[in-house]
Amino acid sequence: MLSGTSQLSRRDLLAMIGTLAGSAAMYQAMTTLGFAEESPYKGPIKLDGDPKGASVLILGAGLAGMVAAYELAKVGYKVQILEYREKAGGRCWTIRGGDKYTELGGFEQDCEFDEGLYINPGPWRIPYHHHAVLDYCKRLGVKLEAFVQVNHNAYLHSAKAFGGKPQRYRHINSDFNGHVAELLSKVTKQGGLDQTVSTEDREKLLEALQSWGALDENYAYVAGDHSSERRGFEVDPGGGQMPIAKPSQPIGLTDIVQSGLWSNLSIGNLYEYQTTMLQPVGGMDMIAKAFEREVGEMIRYNSKIISIDQDDKSVTVRYEDSQKGGEPQTATADWCICTVPFSILSQIEIKVSPEMKAAIENLPYAAAVKVGLQFKRRFWEEDEHIYGGISFTDLPNTLISYPSTDYHSPGKGVLLGAYSWEAWAYEFTSLPPEQRVQKALEYGAQIHPQYKDEFDNGVSVGWHRVPWTLGCYGEWTEEKRKEHYQAASSIDGRIAMAGEHISYIPAWMEGAILSSLDAIGRLHQRVVSG
Amino acid sequence: MNRIISLAASAAVAVLAASHALAQSSDSTGFGDAVKIEPRDGAAIYAAICQGCHMPEGVGAVGAGKYPALAKNENLEAGAYPVFMVISGQKAMPPLGSYLDDEQVAAVVNYIRTHFGNNYTDAVTVEDVQAARP
Repeated sequence: MLSGTSQLSRRDLLAMIGTLAGSAAMYQAMTTLGFAEESPYKGPIKLDGDPKGASVLILGAGLAGMVAAYELAKVGYKVQILEYREKAGGRCWTIRGGDKYTELGGFEQDCEFDEGLYINPGPWRIPYHHHAVLDYCKRLGVKLEAFVQVNHNAYLHSAKAFGGKPQRYRHINSDFNGHVAELLSKVTKQGGLDQTVSTEDREKLLEALQSWGALDENYAYVAGDHSSERRGFEVDPGGGQMPIAKPSQPIGLTDIVQSGLWSNLSIGNLYEYQTTMLQPVGGMDMIAKAFEREVGEMIRYNSKIISIDQDDKSVTVRYEDSQKGGEPQTATADWCICTVPFSILSQIEIKVSPEMKAAIENLPYAAAVKVGLQFKRRFWEEDEHIYGGISFTDLPNTLISYPSTDYHSPGKGVLLGAYSWEAWAYEFTSLPPEQRVQKALEYGAQIHPQYKDEFDNGVSVGWHRVPWTLGCYGEWTEEKRKEHYQAASSIDGRIAMAGEHISYIPAWMEGAILSSLDAIGRLHQRVVSG
Repeated sequence: MNRIISLAASAAVAVLAASHALAQSSDSTGFGDAVKIEPRDGAAIYAAICQGCHMPEGVGAVGAGKYPALAKNENLEAGAYPVFMVISGQKAMPPLGSYLDDEQVAAVVNYIRTHFGNNYTDAVTVEDVQAARP
């Protein structure tokens, strides 16, 4: 007998098979897009041979630019960096209380978060296999702490399921697995898998399904100790003469399948998001600040690139002061590492091959939006026992991420209240910053009613309005990669591109660093052999 | 970063106090489907997606790069050009063809070509948009 439901419709079954296949299919799709590769980083780069005083001009003081500067200067290159902003880091960026951020259109925001509270508008978590980022953190003394991606006590929410009431991840996860295990064990026992499963494997498989799905001795997923040890009890075990523990009632199969909430169950299984994920203590820009300590003296800030020229001897870049304007100035070097995003580089006069030019002009930048919300108290911990992790929703804010640090601190707390893509990101971006915050509040209040009383202030970043990127990251498609990636990643005369867009791990800091190391490695070969 | 030439008439200062925090914002800007823009009318489509970059009133913006002003923009004279740009994108302009159907592309292009000081009255048609799809 199927527990919690009368009969499984064909549609239900198909939906479920889709989910079981889902993570594998998603992984395959992501690998094709280049997302899920392990970092091939093999330790600190070795640049052997004498560069004989060669000079390198680096455009952009984000992670790619600063990694190049750090490594090249160490082996004797003369290095100068031009940076548009008044500080280093690029998208490795943290907004804290007291920060002022002016986006395109002149919309200003004064962040009013309390001391120590922040959001990372760009990268905000580091996979354990992003070896280059982690190695630089180690070498530069950036302290790390765990970033909680999966929290079994956070919520899965759909406005269209369970009357809009958010469900605990552990309930949906346990019940989904339990029901699927029961179904498969039934099929196995009925001989439905006899063509694919040998008699010897059959018993083992049944044992495995019982263990994986928390099934009882009859291979049923029902209310009892087994299932409650996964999903939690209705009355938890206590001490002394406290009430005796009472198992909780699983949600029925049909409700689980129809809810669609299973669609976010596998995210934490993806290679990119597997435990343990990490974050720098105090904000992502601790990485940027660590690099800035090493290479800050090489950076000329407030420098807006006007044109990039090259001949067979050198590279010449014209730039002006991005704050004061005035007469353009010139910087010249033997070589150039250009980390300017193609969204911006495509608008700058540059002398490169037609193939490189085509690559620069044909890489769109993705839309993405983040909204940070400060609340007067950490109600998610106090009221709901959610310590870090992420709740997912089908509302346009898509998720709520709880801080992975400073648990139980008595003061205010900051949530990531929206992280949106595609159409919703464009729509968020099109609103003035304070209305984005309003939207994130409206959606989030459907999951946490405490929003209404506890909201304090907020800040938002729509990446297409960031003056120095015009978008979030280079959005390669398989087709575009075939057509343009080879040219984009080749050294063009004396200019090499670097940044997350010149990698198979776009949008990740690891991609930016690996592309930089790869570019300077090849460039160094030319220098010492030429 | 402070030298953002803002042509917008008024820059909003978003200091949010708790007192006005939960005033309901308007839903007129869409937020329906995750991968489709729902408004059908040209002005509403512009407000939902285009003004993120080209700004209210089509004034454009300048930072390290720029978003061209659509106001009084002679590049809009031939309707095929904005139709192509909206569908396929180029340089900093992302392709938006997947978010909008043919009628929506025509509606927003016709809106831009007849507003913000533009007066190109030869409306593009749904057939023009279909023909421009890759």
